[in-house]
Amino acid sequence: MNRTYDAIVIGAGHNGLTSAAYLAKSGLDVLVVEKNDYIGGAAVSRELHEGWLYSNCSYVCSLLRQSIHRDLDLTRHGLMIVPYNGTTNFSRTGDYIAEYPDHDMQYREIRRHSLRDADAVHRYEADLMRYARLIRHFLLRTPADPTSFKPRDLGELVFMAKKFAGMGEEQVLEFIRFMTMSAGDYLDEYFENDLVKTLFSTSSIIGTALGVYSPGTAYVLLHHVMGDVDGAVGAWGLARGGMGAISDAIAGALKEHGGEILTEAPVAQILVRNSRATGVVLENGDEIHAGIVVSNLDPKRTFTHIMDQKDIPEDLYDKARNFKIRGSSGKVNIALTGMPDFPSLPPGHMLRNGTFQFLDSLERMERAYDDWKHGRWSADPFVEMTQSSVWDPTLAAPGHYFVSCFIQYCPAEVEGGWTPEKRDAFGDTVIDQISNYSPNFRDLIAHMEVRTPHEIENEIGLTEGNIFQGELTLDQLMFNRPFPGYSQYRGPVKGMYMCGSGTHPGGGVSSACGANAAREILLDLKRPNIVPEDDVDE
Amino acid sequence: MPLQAKLQSVDSISHVETGVLHSPFHSRTSALNINQQWSVWNGFASAIYYGDALLEYFATRNACAVFDVSPMRKYRFQGVEVEAMLNRMVTRDVTAQKVDTVAYNVWCTDAGRVVDDGTLFRLANDEFMLCCADPCLDWFLLSAVGFSQVEITDISDAVASLALQGPTSCALLKAMGFDGIDHCKPFQIMRFPWNGGDIMISRTGYTGDLGYELWLDPGLAEPLWDALFEQGRVFGIQPLGDESLDMARLEAGFIAPDVDFHGALHTVELHHDHSPFELGLGWIVNFKKTHFTGRAALEREKASGNYRRLVKLDIEGNKPAENSVLYADSHCRREIGYVTSAMWSPVVKANIAYGLIEAKYADGEIWAEVYHQKELRWYRKVARCLKVSKPFWSPERAKQTPPPDC
Ligand SMILES: Cc1cc2nc3c(=O)[nH]c(=O)nc-3n(C[C@H](O)[C@H](O)[C@H](O)COP(=O)(O)OP(=O)(O)OC[C@H]3O[C@@H](n4cnc5c(N)ncnc54)[C@H](O)[C@@H]3O)c2cc1C
Repeated sequence: MNRTYDAIVIGAGHNGLTSAAYLAKSGLDVLVVEKNDYIGGAAVSRELHEGWLYSNCSYVCSLLRQSIHRDLDLTRHGLMIVPYNGTTNFSRTGDYIAEYPDHDMQYREIRRHSLRDADAVHRYEADLMRYARLIRHFLLRTPADPTSFKPRDLGELVFMAKKFAGMGEEQVLEFIRFMTMSAGDYLDEYFENDLVKTLFSTSSIIGTALGVYSPGTAYVLLHHVMGDVDGAVGAWGLARGGMGAISDAIAGALKEHGGEILTEAPVAQILVRNSRATGVVLENGDEIHAGIVVSNLDPKRTFTHIMDQKDIPEDLYDKARNFKIRGSSGKVNIALTGMPDFPSLPPGHMLRNGTFQFLDSLERMERAYDDWKHGRWSADPFVEMTQSSVWDPTLAAPGHYFVSCFIQYCPAEVEGGWTPEKRDAFGDTVIDQISNYSPNFRDLIAHMEVRTPHEIENEIGLTEGNIFQGELTLDQLMFNRPFPGYSQYRGPVKGMYMCGSGTHPGGGVSSACGANAAREILLDLKRPNIVPEDDVDE
Repeated sequence: MPLQAKLQSVDSISHVETGVLHSPFHSRTSALNINQQWSVWNGFASAIYYGDALLEYFATRNACAVFDVSPMRKYRFQGVEVEAMLNRMVTRDVTAQKVDTVAYNVWCTDAGRVVDDGTLFRLANDEFMLCCADPCLDWFLLSAVGFSQVEITDISDAVASLALQGPTSCALLKAMGFDGIDHCKPFQIMRFPWNGGDIMISRTGYTGDLGYELWLDPGLAEPLWDALFEQGRVFGIQPLGDESLDMARLEAGFIAPDVDFHGALHTVELHHDHSPFELGLGWIVNFKKTHFTGRAALEREKASGNYRRLVKLDIEGNKPAENSVLYADSHCRREIGYVTSAMWSPVVKANIAYGLIEAKYADGEIWAEVYHQKELRWYRKVARCLKVSKPFWSPERAKQTPPPDC
C-alpha cells in the first residue's frame, strides 16, 4: 500500500468519520484507517450472539448535533433517532421513585416522596436549563484562545461574553459557582428527600472518576442535559439499529463523497518530517502518505503512543502524560429470552418499558466510589439498565430483549491485573444487583458481554477505558481541552490535528469534535468552510 | 455483594395514579360534559366547555354559572408568627387584613419578579388560606425561614371548591338557605352549616361580576352540586368551562398565570418573567409596610419607570388579535411587544386584548398585526389599538351590598 492521500484520519470513531466526511465533502481525497475490523469506536452495534444486536459501548443519544445530522443527510444514510422515556429508580425497601414523561404524573410521583421537592423540581429544572441553553451555544464552535489577540479569537470571546451577559449578572455568578460544585451539594440546595436526589444525580457520575460529592460533578450533570432530541433540551433518544447506526450513517456520507475506510489497519506512528506530518505507518509496516493527519484517538494515546516523542515539544508530552483520563465505568450488555419481571411495578405498568436504576441514596453512590478509589469495582454498584430493544425492534426478535447496563464504578487496574475470571466476577456483581429487584432476571440470560475499562481500552483504544476520552473537569474543558494552548484542534506539528472526544466539547456521541476539527483544517487549507456552525435556535 | 433489597408486595406501594385525576365534583361535571371535552389542570380533568361555551359564558353575565375550582392549589398557614411571615412574603400589607376577608396578592423573588399570584383568606388571627393556580409549597417553605411558629400545609385535596358567578348568584344562595349571604361584602367570608357540615362562602371570583366561591369538605361536593342545580334551574344556572371562564376573566381585567405572565421560578430566559408593575399590579405593592421579599428591587424599578406595561387594548375591527405582535406604527417597522390574551367580547361588543409593551413605547401608538382565517384561507391586517385603563366589564352589582337579585 503506498497511495498518497490529501488527508488521513486515524480511527473510525464517529468523530473521526465526521471529520473525514467533511474533508471529503470539501473535495479532499480522504482515507480513514481503523485498527478494528469494524468501525464506530464507542458508537457501535455488534451482533455478538446470534439474534441480538448490542450497542456495545454508548447506548443512548442526545448530544448528536442536529445540524450535522441534517447537513450530512444522515437520515438518508439510514439514521433515525427515536425517543424513549420513563426511568425507575428502585429502592432497597422495594419501593421506587420514577421519572414519568407526563408532567402531572411526575409531580405526583415526587410528591409521594416529598411534597416540598415536588415543587422544587421546577426551580431546579429551570436553573439547570438556563446553563444548558448557555453552553449549547458553544458546542459547534472552536473555543477561543483567551490569550490571543487574533481577530477570530477576539470575536469568539465577544460572542462568549454576550451569551454570558444574556443570562444577567446574578446568573453569571451562579453559573461560575455551579461549575465548581459537586452534584451532591447542588442537589442538596434544592431537595430534601434522598430518593428524589438520587433520581436527578445519576448523570453526574456517568463515565466520571469522581464521586457525587466531588467538586466538578455538577458540570457532568449539565453535560448530560445539554443535548436534545428535536429541540427537547435534556431529552435522550435511541438510534434505531443501535448506536452503530450513527457511525454507519456518517460512514455512508463519507463514502458518498469519495472517502475510503481501511479497517484492521492499526497505526503504529504518525510520520513527521521537518516538523510536518507526512502520513502514517501501520503496525504491519505499510506507509500511507498525506499532508494532513488527523487523530481520532484520545490525546494521551495520540501523543504518548502514536507520535515519536522526538517529534513533539517536551511540554506537550508532559501535558499528555498528565492528562486526566481515568477509567471508572463498565458496561454489561445482555441478551434476554424474555422480559424480566420487576415485581415492585404492577403488571403492564407504563414504567416497565423504561430505564431502571437501583439506588436509594447519594451515600450509597459515594460508597460505590470509595471502592473504586481503593482499586476495586463497586461491591454495590450503580447500574443503569436501558431496555433498548423495547423501543427498537431491530435489536432482538419479538419476545427477546436486549438490555444495556452501564455501571459505575469499575477501575482500569485491579490488584494483580484484570483476568477473565475477575471480569466475570464484576459482571456477576451487576447481575446480583439487578436480581435483587428482578428475581427471574438471571434465568432469562442467553448471552452477555461484560466490559471493564480493561476491555474498553483494549478494544476501542480509549485510554484506561475513560468513556469521554478524558475527564470532564473544569481544567480539561473549553479552551483547556485537551490542554491549554491546544484547544483549537491543531497538533504540535503542521498538518497534524486532533478530532476525538478528547477535544472540545468533549465526550459523548455528538459529532461536534469531528466537525469542529474539520472546520479548522479547511481554514488552514484556505478552503471555504462547509461545516455548520450553530445548532441552537434562538 | 450489593446491598440486599427487601421487596414488598406490589399492593403495599403507593403507586401514583397514572392518567388524569377526578375532582370531587367529577361524577356531576362529567355527566354534564356531554362531549367529554376536558383539559388538564394540575393533573385534574377540567371541563373545556359543557354544552355550548357561549351560552355558558353568557350565564355569568345574565344568570349564574358554576365553575369547579377544586384543582386550584390551596395551602393553610397557621401559627402565631403567620401574619409576620406572610407579610414578608406578599406585596400587600397583611397586618391590615381583617379576619374573614380575602385579598388578592402576588409574591416575588428577591429580584422583584412575580413567583405567582393568588388569593389570601384570613380565617383567624393566626390562620390563613392561600389559593394559587400552580403548586408553590417549596417557595412558601423557603419564605417561612426564620419564622419558627408557622405551619404550612397543602390542603388542596382536602377542600373542594366551586365558583358561583353571575347576577342571580346571590338570589340562588339565598334560596338555598344561606341566610344573610346578601350582607356579605366583596372580599368578605361567611360560614354556614349545611347538610351536616360546614360551607365557607367568600364573595370572590374570577369573572368580574357578582359572584361567590364556596369552600367545603369533599364529602359535601356532590350534594352541594345537586342542590345548586336543583334550585338553580329557576335562576338560569349553567356549568362553566375553561373557555367561558377565560373570556369572562379577560373582560374583567384579570391576568392568568402561564398565559399573561410566566412565574419567575419556572423562567429560564432573562426577562421572560415579570415584575408586578409590568403586570399592572402596582396597586397591590405596598411600600408603606415593612420589609418584604423583592422590595428593594421593586423600589428601584418603580423609581426608574423602566418596565414593560401589560395594557388592556381595545382593537379596531372584530378579529381577535390572538398571538399578535405589536408595533409602534401601522407599517409594522418598530416591534414593541406582543399580545398575551385576546378575544371578541360579546357583551361589550369590543375586540379586546392584553398586550405587553416595551416601556418606552407604552405611551405611543400601538398597532397589532392580526391574522385571521376565512374558510381556511389566512388574511393579515394591521389594526389600531387603543389603551384602556378600566376593565371592560365591571357592573355595579359586583360592588353592591346587598346586591340586586338579578
Ligand atoms: C461504555 C461506554 C458508554 C457510553 N455511553 C454513551 C452514551 O450512552 N451516550 C453518549 O452520547 N456517549 C456515550 N459514551 C461516550 C461516547 O461513546 C464517546 O465519547 C464517543 O463515542 C467517542 O467517539 P470518538 O469518535 O471521539 O472516539 P472513539 O469512539 O474512541 O473512536 C476512536 C477510534 O480509533 C480507533 N483506534 C484506536 N487506536 C487506533 C490505532 N492505533 N490505529 C487506528 N485506529 C485506532 C478505535 O478503534 C476507535 O474506532 C459512552 C462510552 C463508553 C465507552
